[in-house]
Amino acid sequence: MAKIQVSTKINNENVDYLCEPHDTMLDVLRNQLELTGSKESCGSGDCGSCSIILDGELVCSCLMLAAEAEGSKLETIEGMSEGGKLHALQQKFLEKAALQCGICTPGFLMASKALLDHNPSPTETEVRFWLAGNLCRCTGYDKIVKAVLEVAEDMKESA
Amino acid sequence: MSDTQYLAASTIEEAVNAHSKANGSARFLAGGTDLLVQIKSGIRKPNLVIDVKKIVELNSIEEISENEFVVGASVSGVNLNRNKKFSKLWPGVLEAFRLIGSEQIQGRASLGGNICNGSPAGDSVPALIAAGCMALIAGPNGKREIPIEEFHIGPGKTVLDNGEMLVSLKFPKREINSSDAYLRMTPRTEMDIAVVGCGVNITFENNVCTAARVSLGAVAPTPLLIKEASKIMVGSDLNSEILDNVSKICMDLCDPIDDKRGTIDYRTKVAGVLFKRATLTTIDRIKGN
Repeated sequence: MAKIQVSTKINNENVDYLCEPHDTMLDVLRNQLELTGSKESCGSGDCGSCSIILDGELVCSCLMLAAEAEGSKLETIEGMSEGGKLHALQQKFLEKAALQCGICTPGFLMASKALLDHNPSPTETEVRFWLAGNLCRCTGYDKIVKAVLEVAEDMKESA
Repeated sequence: MSDTQYLAASTIEEAVNAHSKANGSARFLAGGTDLLVQIKSGIRKPNLVIDVKKIVELNSIEEISENEFVVGASVSGVNLNRNKKFSKLWPGVLEAFRLIGSEQIQGRASLGGNICNGSPAGDSVPALIAAGCMALIAGPNGKREIPIEEFHIGPGKTVLDNGEMLVSLKFPKREINSSDAYLRMTPRTEMDIAVVGCGVNITFENNVCTAARVSLGAVAPTPLLIKEASKIMVGSDLNSEILDNVSKICMDLCDPIDDKRGTIDYRTKVAGVLFKRATLTTIDRIKGN
């Protein structure tokens, strides 16, 4: 069967790829484009470890077909740091030890970035609701929530 | 799914024709948050997946006249939430839709998908039934409209024939002194499936109820419109005696399953409680308007 040609922009670079109709976006990111930061844990949209930002919206890349990305802009964890400098969220996750095994971390970072893009000064409740689609079995979430709130606070001070 | 084909349709005609030709082996894809999980787990094995998100009619939110909305079937929760006027007029519909899944799911999952998936526990459906929505359907033989409460015929089963697709939901013109609410009971506070859901939509003027629609989800093979509730509520001041009576009717009409998430007795009792709470919330919203 003929493969489908797809043109996208991933982390601000034009990226074209060929995919099978059944390939998920996550399959193509990880297996073809070697963007292995996004993880597959549940594969059914429950855990959020494959979270990416698609045309400005937070989505699970395991729950979309690679063919659906035609003409879209994608942001993945690989595009989060700039020129070797960590994004404020990445830096704060390190400082606050908001990760242990790290499998969920790329998803949490993308979800946190999407939150602050939409709502630069969330309440703790808003952070917890927003991150409810990301599962972490190590940290107990508290350090993650605090890290996101501190980044929001830092952003306010520097603005 | 290895022999599945993918088609991104750009018009309703293209989507309907492709679906008709596939003779029952095609599925429409909107947000994909149900369909892709079903395909991955082997529950569904379509030969053709027809992406409908690029079809204008399915992807738009239109105010066709003052306070009268048509919402495309592939509109996501995130997008509907951004329409401030719709959110103000139909808070119950919006809260029902927004309860479905995480932010990640809300970024993709569609209103039409929640309806067409046909789950008796789909959160948006009781709210849409209470709202009095019409489902606009397109198929090989043209277009038709049906009340949304007639859309489901059993768990996972809808009235859609081969080749037919849900295009949009047409909301009635919103009258003043009207509002709606949706409440659901889940074992967890979030990321869960309704054990009972209840949608209420009321017009309440000078302390008299002039219109009322009540719908229950997850307590029968399909979401229910409680017609008897409207008869008792309309003309009354919705005092506690009236609410008790309607609450009993809601409980009498429940025909739920017994499973690990809720027993028959529990679901039935909760249906009565949710009706009362959703009604009081709706009245508060009207008075606050």
